[in-house]
Amino acid sequence: MTAYDPCTHCEEMMQPYLDRVLTDAERSEAETHLDECAYCRKRYRFEAKLRQFVRQAVQQEPMPVELKAKLAGLRTPLE
Amino acid sequence: MSETTREPDARRLATEARDRVRFEEDALALSDQVYRVARHLVGSREEAEDLMQETYARAFRSWRSFQPGTNLRAWLLRILTNLNIDRGRRQQRTPDTQPLEEGDYFLYNKLEASGDGNDEERVVERLSQNDVVSALSEVPHDFRDVVVLVDIGDFTYADAAQILDIPIGTVMSRLHRGRRILKQAMAESAVGGDES
Repeated sequence: MTAYDPCTHCEEMMQPYLDRVLTDAERSEAETHLDECAYCRKRYRFEAKLRQFVRQAVQQEPMPVELKAKLAGLRTPLE
Repeated sequence: MSETTREPDARRLATEARDRVRFEEDALALSDQVYRVARHLVGSREEAEDLMQETYARAFRSWRSFQPGTNLRAWLLRILTNLNIDRGRRQQRTPDTQPLEEGDYFLYNKLEASGDGNDEERVVERLSQNDVVSALSEVPHDFRDVVVLVDIGDFTYADAAQILDIPIGTVMSRLHRGRRILKQAMAESAVGGDES
């Protein structure tokens, strides 16, 4: 049987923590560990920034204005 | 037909026209957000544009089936993903079985090990926009759909499950795997393959 390692446990909880789907007890456990552990805290900050970066990186291509006009043209004509 | 019969009919038609106009305006107001997700669900900008037009054409035809007060953006993306599958633009794939890095921290560890700074802000800066976009395109469709909806579209697990018509447990497992594949691809793109 593998010994319990709080950093491994924190790593497993990291994505659900960022997704805000942990229970109150799990969240509190994760936050306590993050407060105490510089190794995991550093990685938590990275993961949070990475998510933000990924979102911004892929959202830089705006919808073409011609497409917007085409979509508006699909509306039902007023009688 | 008497005046008294025509009057409620006219009122009903006027109400329906007003509701339809409101629906169309609400749907169009969300088009930028829907496009951002659509753009990364399909392979190219052209495909995304075609799919957007088909989606909006269908949405405007079926507007009565939308329940006011529910999530219109999710409803539009449900139409979009169904059309994407219907048109055979992509096959539903069996989950890929490529081996994955075991830990969730490996991207950080790899970026940190390949540079001199270990400040997490500077570690993220070692990735480029291109690294992310090309890495995302390498994630197999089934996994990418979920990553795009949750991490880019900001949908909940439940919304993503509804949009893709899959159980919530499948959303969670695909998300877990999809994020790992994305990180692996970003690591390769940013610092090259595994030299170890």
